[in-house]
This record gives sequence, structure tokens and C-alpha cells, in this order.
Amino acid sequence: MMANHHDHSHGHDHHEEHEQLKVLGFWIFVVTDCILFGTLFATYAVMMHSFAGGPTGKELFELPGIIASTFILLTSSFTSGLAVLAMNKGKVKELIAWLAVTAVLGLAFVVLEVNEFTHLMHEGATMATSGFWSAFFTLVGTHGLHVSVGLFWMVALMMQLKRRGINAVTRRKVTNLSLYWHFLDVVWIFLFTVVYLMGVM
Amino acid sequence: MWEDIKDFASTFFVTGDPLIYGADVSIVLTMLAIVFVLTKYKKWGWLWREWLTTVDHKRIGIMYLIASLLMLFRGGVDALLMRLQLAFPNLEFLHADHYNAIFTTHGTIMILFMAMPMMFGLFNMVVPLQIGARDVAYPFLNALSFWLFFLGAMLFNLSFVIGGSPDAGWLSYPPLSQNDFSPGPGQNFWIWGIQISGIGSLATGINFIVTILKMRAPGMTLSKMPLFSWSVLSSSIMIIFAFPILTITIALLFLDRFAGAHFFTMDGGGNPMMYLNLIWMWGHPEVYIVVVPAFGIFSEVVATFSRKRIFGYKSMVWALMAIAIASFFTWAHHFFTMGTSASVIAFFAISTMVIAIPTGVKVFNWLFTMFRGRISFKQPMLWTIAFIPCFLVGGATGVMLAVAPADYQYHNSYFLIAHFHQVLIGGVVFGYLAGIYYWWPKLFGFKLDEKLGRWGFWFWNIGFYICFMPQYALGFMGMTRRYYTYGWDRGWEDLNLVSTVGAFMMGIGFIFQVWQITYSIKHGERDTTGDPWDARTLEWSIPSPAPFYNFAVVPNVKDSDDWWATKQAKANGTYKEEPVHLEPIHMPKNSGIPIIMSTFWFLIGFGFTFGWVWMAVVGFIGVAVCMWVRSFQYDTDYYVPVDEVRRTEASLGRVL
Repeated sequence: MMANHHDHSHGHDHHEEHEQLKVLGFWIFVVTDCILFGTLFATYAVMMHSFAGGPTGKELFELPGIIASTFILLTSSFTSGLAVLAMNKGKVKELIAWLAVTAVLGLAFVVLEVNEFTHLMHEGATMATSGFWSAFFTLVGTHGLHVSVGLFWMVALMMQLKRRGINAVTRRKVTNLSLYWHFLDVVWIFLFTVVYLMGVM
Repeated sequence: MWEDIKDFASTFFVTGDPLIYGADVSIVLTMLAIVFVLTKYKKWGWLWREWLTTVDHKRIGIMYLIASLLMLFRGGVDALLMRLQLAFPNLEFLHADHYNAIFTTHGTIMILFMAMPMMFGLFNMVVPLQIGARDVAYPFLNALSFWLFFLGAMLFNLSFVIGGSPDAGWLSYPPLSQNDFSPGPGQNFWIWGIQISGIGSLATGINFIVTILKMRAPGMTLSKMPLFSWSVLSSSIMIIFAFPILTITIALLFLDRFAGAHFFTMDGGGNPMMYLNLIWMWGHPEVYIVVVPAFGIFSEVVATFSRKRIFGYKSMVWALMAIAIASFFTWAHHFFTMGTSASVIAFFAISTMVIAIPTGVKVFNWLFTMFRGRISFKQPMLWTIAFIPCFLVGGATGVMLAVAPADYQYHNSYFLIAHFHQVLIGGVVFGYLAGIYYWWPKLFGFKLDEKLGRWGFWFWNIGFYICFMPQYALGFMGMTRRYYTYGWDRGWEDLNLVSTVGAFMMGIGFIFQVWQITYSIKHGERDTTGDPWDARTLEWSIPSPAPFYNFAVVPNVKDSDDWWATKQAKANGTYKEEPVHLEPIHMPKNSGIPIIMSTFWFLIGFGFTFGWVWMAVVGFIGVAVCMWVRSFQYDTDYYVPVDEVRRTEASLGRVL
């Protein structure tokens, strides 16, 4: 995005260059997070039929709610993209507003997930029920935890934007946050397919 | 009330063993001594400002080094206790349970709390200097990595006197490591000690990849980068792919133990073999993670002390990267006996043997570098030369183990024990020691004494072969690992006694090295040139010890052995002096957050270890608050004015 900052003079350019370094580091962090989810998906694949006589996914999953939360998360990914567009146009108020919309959608997603988990527990599927449910709660829960951490980060970032406006540092932070948010969206697509769709088929 | 406290204390503290009581007393005395000295000489402020909050990669490297040497001592004492117990048949020096705890902590400490931090210490001490950078890419994160490692290591070591040590083997295979067979906090210490330090390792991997890719001095293309930095890149790439697997694996084991999940249990649809697969998907790359930087060190040392350019630079780089990739396709050779299909076993047997090819390329390149070189046998070179035959035999026995049908005979026998100690001591430890001797003057400004070092060297080396060669034979004679005792009827007593003698010789070698360090602090040869070995790469172009900003002027690199080329040009009179243009230097500010945040992580680990969820919650809140506060800090850097740079350089004897 900022390819013209290659000279090694000090001052503002130096700052900008340093911020770019942090975006690269965040990309690599996302790679490690991919491996992390990959390991959880592999575990889930191994445990996919380990019901140990307990309830199966097919019996308990309620797809309409899951489809709703899928659309909510996808929309939030779109609004976080709009936030970045607003930032590139230099409109700080619009940026904060889109981030707020993203956060509300994210919160709705987390609330729906918590509801789903409580419902499943009432139906008698807990972490300790069988290998399948252990893998299910861990995989889906890790994704939910990531979304929650993202919300915490988003709130901190909105406060900083309000105080400091758009500068090299806040721009880098918004870039990383939206990268993170899109990444969680992609993970959810896989999760929705592998866990829920293949689960009820 | 008093009864409650007594009850609590009798389970909380480890009791009933005179060895442990001795350790309790010495720990308390050491702590008191440290507090006394710091208070008496009013050094608390100094300690906080200069060390505990530092973000300087050289100081972080030194702290890693100190911590890893302490852990080498502890892991070494564990080893000697085991060898004492096995010296004669039917000894009752250690009981079975105690022996189990000791082989567990020995393995865990040596790999995760000795080899890893010693490696990170070398990364930190060398890489930025070698590539002409002023610090790593993320100095704050670097400090956080260190403190996460350190507090993770301390949490693990605490198990020794509080709660009881883990005793399910260094990789804690289930079902033995599950609640049914390992109740109590010991196994939890293992999980959380490794989990916390593992997060730090992952962050270090990211940090050094970005540092190497983005912070090289102008002109230093990747094809001109010194081989140690290449090896660090290779190792860091393996870290970012392997460590997330470890994080998940032990998180799942924790969920089994804490939340009653069924990942690795015998019932409820769990699968213990899944743990073995997962842990070795991390574990096998892990051994290459630690050995590859040692290869990098040998490459630097061989070139410097043969006074020749390294032979086959490109093939060296190719080999480092080939090892990094291949390391992820060999994990199942750790359990050929699991009984999968023949084709799976054949795949892993062949992929394991394939690793010998790039490794062989490297060995030949080191030998060809020495060929017709003017070799000087200084300490770093001694360890390098000792490494080659040792690693050759270790590698050859590794290929023997890779022969799957034969492995059914060797599996988990002392043959295996001898093999991996030969590659880990002969490769990793010899390599890191070579690196420490080589770069010591750059960090501390003096050389380590040659004479004491040679005593240490010969004790280590002769001791090594006396200790481990008999173990190959013992393996063939049917002795399997983790036996805590054996009878006279087995015929193993002679070789075991010989092996114990060898282990103690290595212990004596270590004592010589500690003596060498303490002696050299006062009497070691001072390095006033900054280039005591007449070496080849950039780190030797600056004064020793390096100033905190490393390079007053960032060098312009033209050659793969740039400093050597500069020296040659100066000698030939073809060197063109470039005008010195000093600029204010951009540096990161110190921060107390890394150590505070890591302490909260320690609370999380300690809380979960004892099942005190409230404490873990306090820890999580603390971590969140630390991240919040850090996120709101914008004033994190400063500029060193030109005047100060000029003054510092002048005090180091360099006029600019």
C-alpha cells in the first residue's frame, strides 16, 4: 500500500516503515493461527464419529440458528472492509462508525454461540460426553474465543481512534484488526462446512 | 485451623525425601543471599532498570544464556542421579517413583528449558549484529518472549519442591499422563510450564523471521547473508509451523485432565495414539529446530578458523531449507511399533533416511572448507572438530533406527537413548558451546580462558564416549529405557558402571567450564580490537562489547564475507573510505510490561496446576489489563542524539 517508503531517512518515514514491519509480523502470526486451527480441524476429523453411545451432531445441531450467525459474521466482515475504505478516505468518524457496526455484529455472533452451547448442554452434550463433543466444543469454542478477543481489541482501537485520529500507528492497527477479522471469517466458512453441514448430512 | 494448615502444607510441599529437604534449604539460602546482596549494595533499581525491563537484544540474549546454563546444571544433576542409581544392580539410591520424576524432568528441562533458551540466547546475541541491524523487529515482544520462557521454566522447576514433579516421561504420553494414573499437580506443572514458555518461543520465531527478512543492512541480499542467520531463518520457519501444534496438543491434554474431555482417554471415544501423532508432529521438527542453528554456528566457525570462505555456500542454504521442510514428514518414525499399514511405515522410514542427504552435504562442505585451510585450533574450532565424528556416528545410528523392520528390535532400548544423546549432545550442545566460545568476546569484551577450556573440552568429549558407547551395547543386550533398576542376572553391570563413570566425567567438564567463566571475568584476555578471531562477518566490525545501538553507522554490504572483504581491501590499499555521516539513532524504550504480564501468566499456570480457578481468573484479567495498557502507549521509542553516539564510540576507542 505504501511502497514509496524505502529511503532510510529518519522522522516520519521511519515510523511508517516500522509500522509496515508490524503488518508483516501480523501476517506471520495469522499463519501460525492457521496451523493452530488446522490442528483442531484434524483433531475434529479424527473424533468425527467417536460418539461413545452419546448424542450425535445430526441429532442436536439446529441449522437455522447457525445459518443466521453465519450471515451475521459474513456481514461483519463486509462492514470491517467498509471501515478500512473509510480509513483510506481519511474519514475518522465513518471509520469508527463502521467499526462499531462490526463490533455489534460480532457481539451478536458470540451471544448466539453462547446460546447454542447452553442449548446443547441442556440436551446432554458437554465437553465430557464423548470424543466427538470434546472436539466440537474445543474447535468451535476456540473460534468464538478468537472473535471475543477481537471485540476487546476493537473497543480499544475505537477509543484510540477517537483520541488520536488516523495516523501511521492507528492505520496499521486497523489494517491488522481487519486482517484478523477476515481470517476469522474464513475459518468460520470451513467450520460451518466441516462441522455443521457435514455433521447433519 | 492449625490442623488445616498442617494438612495443606503436607500435600502442598514435597516431603519425605532427604534430597528434597536439602534442596529446600539451599533454595531458601540462595534466595536470601540474592535479596541480601541486592539490598546491601542498593542494586534493586539497577536490576529493574538495566535488566528486568530491558528490550536490548544483547541483554536479553545474556539473560537467556544465564538461565539456560542454570537449567543445564539442573538437568545435568538429574542425569547424574539417574546414572548413580544405575551404576550397580539392585541399588536403592532412588525409589521407582523418584526415578520416574527425574527422567521426566531431565528430558523436559534439557530440551525445552536448556536447549531452546540457549538457542534463543544465541539468536539474540548474534543475529542483529550479523545482519547489521540495531535491534530485532519487535524488541518489546522479544522481552515478552524471554519472560514467558523464564516464568514458564520457573513454574516447571517449582514442581520439584511444591506439589510434586511430573513423572509420566518427558512427552507425557496418555493414558499414563491422564488423571487416573497421574493425579495431583505434577502433570499440570508440566503442561503449564511448557505452555507458557511455548507462547514465548512462537513469538520469537515470528520476530526473527521478520528481523532477517526486513532488517538486513543495505546491500546484504539473502544470497550474501551469513550462514548462521540463514540457519536461524530455517529454524524460525520450523518454529512457526511446529509450535502451534504443541500449543494445541497440550491444551487438549489439559482439557482431558481439567474438564473431563475425551481426546486421549481410553474411554468415551478418546484416542491416546492421536496424542503421540500430534506431539511428534511438533516434537520431530523441534529437534531440527535446535540442531539447525548449531549447523549455522559450525559454518561460521569453520570458515573463520580455516581462514577460508565457506565451501559450497549455496548448497549449505539449500540443505538448511531442505531439512526444514523434510522435518515435517518424519514424525511417525517415533512409533513404528504402533502398527500402522506397511505403506505408511515405508513412507516415514524413507523420509527419515532422506534427511541424511542434506545433512551429509553439510558435513562434506565443512570438511572441504577445512581442506587446505590454515586451521587454528582455538576453542570454538575444537568443539566443531569434535562435533563431526560424533554427529556422524549419531546420524548413522539414526539411519539404522529408521530401518523400520529393524526398529522393532531397537525401539525404546538403550540403543535409542545412545542415538539421541549422541545427536543432541554431539550436535546441539557441542554446537552451542562452540557458538558461546566464539561470540563470548563480542558480548562481554573478553575471551574465555583457553587452558581451563581445554580441560573442560577433553573431559566432556572423553566422558561422552565413555558414557554413551556402552549404552548402544546395552540396548542390544535388551536393556530398555526407563528401567530404574536391574538384577545381577542380566549381565549389564559392567557396561552400566562404565557409562556412569563417563557421565561424571562430563559433569567434571561442566565444572571446569564454570570455573573457566568465573576465572575469565577477572583474568580473561581483553578484546580491544572488536575482532579477536580475525573473523569474516559484520558483527566483528564493531567494538566489543557492542554499544547498545550496535552500529553507529549502518554498513553498506558488498560481499558475503563483508568484514573480511573490507579487511582485505584495506590491506591491499584498494579500500575507499566512505564519508561518515552520523544520524540520530531510533531506539525502543524499556518497558516493565513484559515481566509483569509474564508474572500474570505464571499465576494462570499456578492456579490451574492446583485447580484454583480464582487465581487463574486473576491471572487472565492481569494479562488483559497489560495488553490494554500497552495498546494505549504511543510513546514507545526515542532518538539517541548524534553527540551521544560520538561520545560512546570515543569511549570504545573509535573516532568518527
